[in-house]
Amino acid sequence: MPSPTKDMLLDWYRQMALIREFEEICHQLYLQKRITGVYLHLYSGHEASGVGSMAALRKSDHVITAYRDHGIALILGMDANAVMAEMMGKKTGSSGGKGGSMHLASAEHNFWGGYAIVGGHLPLAAGIALEARYRGKDDVTMTYIGDGATNNGYFHESLNMSAIWDLPVIWIIENNGYGMGTEVARASGQTELHRKAEAYGIRSFGRVDGQDALAVYQVASEAVAYAREHGPAVIEHVTYRYRGHGVSDKQYDSRDDMSAELREWMDEREPIKILRDHILAAHGDVGDALAAHDEAARRIVAQAVEFAEASELPRGRDALLGNTYIGSPQVYKTPASVGAGSD
Amino acid sequence: MAVRNVAMREAIRRALREEMLRDESVFVMGEEVAYWQGTHRVTRGFLEEFGERRVRDTPISEMAIGGVAVGAAMAGLRPVAEFMTINFAFLALDAIVNHAAKVRYFFDGMFKVPLVYRAASGWGNQATASHSHAPEPIFAHFPGIYVGCPSNALDAYGMLKTAIRDDNPVLFSESIALYPKPGPLPDESVEEMLVPIGKGDIKREGGDVTLVAYARGVDWSLQAARALARDGIEAEVVDLRWLRPLDMALVYDSFKKTNRCVIVEESLPMYSFGSEIAALLQENMFDYMDAPIKRVAAEDVPLPYSKEIELLALPNAQKVVDAVKEIV
Repeated sequence: MPSPTKDMLLDWYRQMALIREFEEICHQLYLQKRITGVYLHLYSGHEASGVGSMAALRKSDHVITAYRDHGIALILGMDANAVMAEMMGKKTGSSGGKGGSMHLASAEHNFWGGYAIVGGHLPLAAGIALEARYRGKDDVTMTYIGDGATNNGYFHESLNMSAIWDLPVIWIIENNGYGMGTEVARASGQTELHRKAEAYGIRSFGRVDGQDALAVYQVASEAVAYAREHGPAVIEHVTYRYRGHGVSDKQYDSRDDMSAELREWMDEREPIKILRDHILAAHGDVGDALAAHDEAARRIVAQAVEFAEASELPRGRDALLGNTYIGSPQVYKTPASVGAGSD
Repeated sequence: MAVRNVAMREAIRRALREEMLRDESVFVMGEEVAYWQGTHRVTRGFLEEFGERRVRDTPISEMAIGGVAVGAAMAGLRPVAEFMTINFAFLALDAIVNHAAKVRYFFDGMFKVPLVYRAASGWGNQATASHSHAPEPIFAHFPGIYVGCPSNALDAYGMLKTAIRDDNPVLFSESIALYPKPGPLPDESVEEMLVPIGKGDIKREGGDVTLVAYARGVDWSLQAARALARDGIEAEVVDLRWLRPLDMALVYDSFKKTNRCVIVEESLPMYSFGSEIAALLQENMFDYMDAPIKRVAAEDVPLPYSKEIELLALPNAQKVVDAVKEIV
């Protein structure tokens, strides 16, 4: 497996710095009620998991995830302005203000979206991979799954289907220790989540330090190569969420043991620091380049906030009803507007 | 053009086969669709003709059947996913309602989901409570998906072809009781046989009362209309064919003429097709209404096994006749 070049490492740092800045600003905006949606699940702490694994993909591959999707969108190169505008429900948002935080997507980046029902996107991933098999293409579908989703029926049915149909899916379990507020050990009989692959005859590539982008990249590269040629693969990334399940999560305020746990992760296993230390050790004096990326992240996110706040909200019935169906709108008219004999 | 009588299941089979021949992106998936030749024999011979790539047996995994079809459709295929019975589609309700029907909306038109869910529906064979449902209105509750419910071979043929070609998701409900029912179908296919999404049909003309129905309810209504005619009452039978979108214009035009209406359905009575049509009529046709709207539906009870009490719960032509005589 080739080691990542200096340019690759610097680009990973750029991505991770951008995600952290974006998420922390989102958190502030939520507290200030400038982002008003009830759901906002931040990727802070998870950065190496997404950045390291997606570095193993090529442009024609596919990506799909659950609701913790901001980081995935930014890694793929979605415009930070459009992503921030979506947080604020603006017309200029990537989903026109109709999806919000949990429903980012970009057809041009083969990003099939963030999904809001735990496990709900897993069969979609299998279906997207089926299209590649059906058409004889060797593109893979990288699918991010929370630890909690490994306990529901979608996980079982989708992994099993991917096995019997040899679908090129890399099932990445981002194990951040908690399904909402429930520890993995209280929710799953098998706590080494990657071992669930065995039940379906799927090859597991094991448990990986999800805070170390290099380790993540190495294993993802092997799994991607395997999936392209053979079929499904499972990887477990051990990671941690810095901002709880969602921003409305009060657990870190009320539970001292969890605050201590969070501090320990931030002190010992901070993904951006781990990458930074590696880059400095391997490539000497690149401090200026790293500082420039930090500065760029601040600038990009500040501009995104400015753009989003200046953008218009979608308004009116056309905006409300549009894109329910393709073609002539077949939306049920509210009774008051049903003209007699004219529907 | 030669026309012959074929069973509704054969009409569905022919429509599906022709669409697979016409468009390479159409494929079928579901439990027992390939080697078993289809539980209801709709995909008989498909495996041999199209091979395993396009005729895909699935495990007993309804959540995945529902969701894999969504992903494949988003990615550019045209899945026709079969639920062996509509009872099993309850297991896939999240995939159907939260994903198939909403993906286009919550990404504001970025993706399309051109899939068809086929499901065999209905009751009356002592199949017992959990296998005895005609729950189409549940699926029609949700915007983002269409629901088609044919009552005969020719309609089934034309509606399924339209459903497969349409770029929106469609739930296509096939009455098990109607599968063997013969109906005329031309030997040669012409585009005119395609039934537009949301277009209902007058199955019998009459000026005294409007019977609004779909699927099996159309048969009960036609039988009732023949019985009523012997008593000098002429019933008009409106087959809506699609529960979403609803062809209310057709119902309103008939109601303006008859001023009376009985709604007939195999489904349960609460929050139902009948409730919906009755509500729309009273809101929009109040000035034309000469009598209360009546509804004939199944009894509000889970279905028993034993034959006599099972049939007691089902609608039938006599119940339609009785309802009409209360208001004419």
